[in-house]
Amino acid sequence: MATDFSFPDAAAKAALPKEFEPEKMSLSMGPSHPSTHGVLRIQFELDGEVVTKADPVLGYLHRGDEKIAENMTYNQFVPYTDRLDYLAPLANNMAYAIAVERLGNLQVPARCQAIRVLTAEMARVSAHLMGLGAFGIDVGAWSVFMYCFEEREKLYTLFEELTGARFTTSYARIGGLSRDLPEGWLQKVDAFCDQFLPILEEILGLLSRNKIFLDRTVGVGVISRADAIAYGLSGPNLRGSGVANDLRKDRPYSGYEQYEFDVPVGSKGDCYDRYLCRGEEMKQSIRIIRQAVKTMPGGDWYAKDARKIFAPPKDKILTSMEELINNFMIVTEGPQMPAGEVYFEAENPKGVLGFYIVSKGGGVPWRLKIRSPSFCNLSILPKLCVGNMVSDVVSILGSLDFVMGECDR
Amino acid sequence: MTTDVEFTTAVSQQFPSAAARASLDCPAFNVPAAEAMPVLQYLRDTQGYDFLMDVTAVDWSAEQSPRFTVVWHLYSSVKHAYVRVAADCPSDAEPAMASATGLWAGADWHEREAFDMFGITFTGHPDLRRILMWDGYPYHPLRKEFPLAGLPADFHDPVITAETKTGLIAAPMAGGPFVATPGEPMGEAEPRAKDEAWNEQSPKPE
Repeated sequence: MATDFSFPDAAAKAALPKEFEPEKMSLSMGPSHPSTHGVLRIQFELDGEVVTKADPVLGYLHRGDEKIAENMTYNQFVPYTDRLDYLAPLANNMAYAIAVERLGNLQVPARCQAIRVLTAEMARVSAHLMGLGAFGIDVGAWSVFMYCFEEREKLYTLFEELTGARFTTSYARIGGLSRDLPEGWLQKVDAFCDQFLPILEEILGLLSRNKIFLDRTVGVGVISRADAIAYGLSGPNLRGSGVANDLRKDRPYSGYEQYEFDVPVGSKGDCYDRYLCRGEEMKQSIRIIRQAVKTMPGGDWYAKDARKIFAPPKDKILTSMEELINNFMIVTEGPQMPAGEVYFEAENPKGVLGFYIVSKGGGVPWRLKIRSPSFCNLSILPKLCVGNMVSDVVSILGSLDFVMGECDR
Repeated sequence: MTTDVEFTTAVSQQFPSAAARASLDCPAFNVPAAEAMPVLQYLRDTQGYDFLMDVTAVDWSAEQSPRFTVVWHLYSSVKHAYVRVAADCPSDAEPAMASATGLWAGADWHEREAFDMFGITFTGHPDLRRILMWDGYPYHPLRKEFPLAGLPADFHDPVITAETKTGLIAAPMAGGPFVATPGEPMGEAEPRAKDEAWNEQSPKPE
């Protein structure tokens, strides 16, 4: 709740001698403050403990991903997308692959789509677990963090079995995936869902009616519906303010229209609403995962007809001259794309991740712009922090659930 | 698709100068720089495109004129549809564009980023500073003439520069990403060959 600590009587304040005038203090929070989740730095101007001005300083994790993208082929950029929102690389891989596929007007088979949805939802659960755990720590609930990390670790073990890596998965390819599902993996995912739901209830039970947690979050950092729209917020931060925007429902991609799920929406737009949205989203993601496991189609897991885009299988490369040449061309010159421009957005755990690709044809984009949700979500900070105490800023940052790898690119 | 056609017709009736822009997905318009803000306002207020998703720019390289194009992506939460608006900056040497901060508060950081990366001045922006690079950084990295390896520059802090008597050097690209720009011979397309700071012609900096 924004607290007004100013003098009740402006005239009395003006009559005060100069030495009694409150002095503004300048405070730099970050770039390595525990509650700034990475390397965000905020330059505050404080009146006592109340923020009068907040100026986020970004760029500590800027690596020039967009410049790098202009200098490599479409497939080579997939590992860089892991490092955008490094808490949900599988979802980033998928968003990027679909964006390039839209450019090439390429359809991937149903199995590939279903695997992508399945992995993206698992990534959503793992990212929300991380966000929830870190939010818990920010407001002093250490045990929530430990519970979340245990569950997240189980997901990472599944990711490792699927992709070979726990964090930087690089799973999607333009026109397909890097490999098919391992045998017996779907059963393990199902088993994870079975044991996860009761634990999730337990984790949320630690916070939802917790007096300390409620005191720190209810009514704190309220984002109005109009502000959320004006600042281009997305994901749970937007839905927490009561705007029911979810691209998985509104503009279904990768076959999301086949799955049944609900979009949780907040009513007040405070930190607590954003927390509730994330908690419910995890349950909905589990619903999608279960449906995807149950209805996983068979057949191809990459676009077989896209011969100039998706590299042929290894056994064909080693036995056929034409396939060897084809593979060589794809690796060296990149997947061949037509000239044109597309903009594709996917509903990622942190919000809407967009790729704007300008192509002049060939295997390398002319310009690739990454519209990162964390960047847009943080842009409201100068407005949101003012009037709050510094300790509330910690709650606000935790509830916005941003990741700097994506914000700074 | 009919709705797309109706929508395009409505926009071009309202703004005769808005020409359809080649696009592989959503409806897109090329507008003159002076009309960009009226078009965006019309799209927001009359056509229901309430979200400004993205503001960015494209550098078509120093040989091209007009060189810089600013691109806005709008999203309608009612129609669940996107629209792309593009406007060329009139000047190549000092590119400038009107700021959309008056229409959407969220345009603030997007425009600061475009200014930082391309050097496009957004007139009417309340606080146009660099955002990803530090204040005082001399280059605009997403311009096409800026090399992938970077250029030598001073550190962000003059005190550190004075004490260490050194600065930023271009990144060593040997063993870096393997790149094949289409149309170029493979040997010259690789960053090891492209890198101006460190190759056979100019030795590795000590």
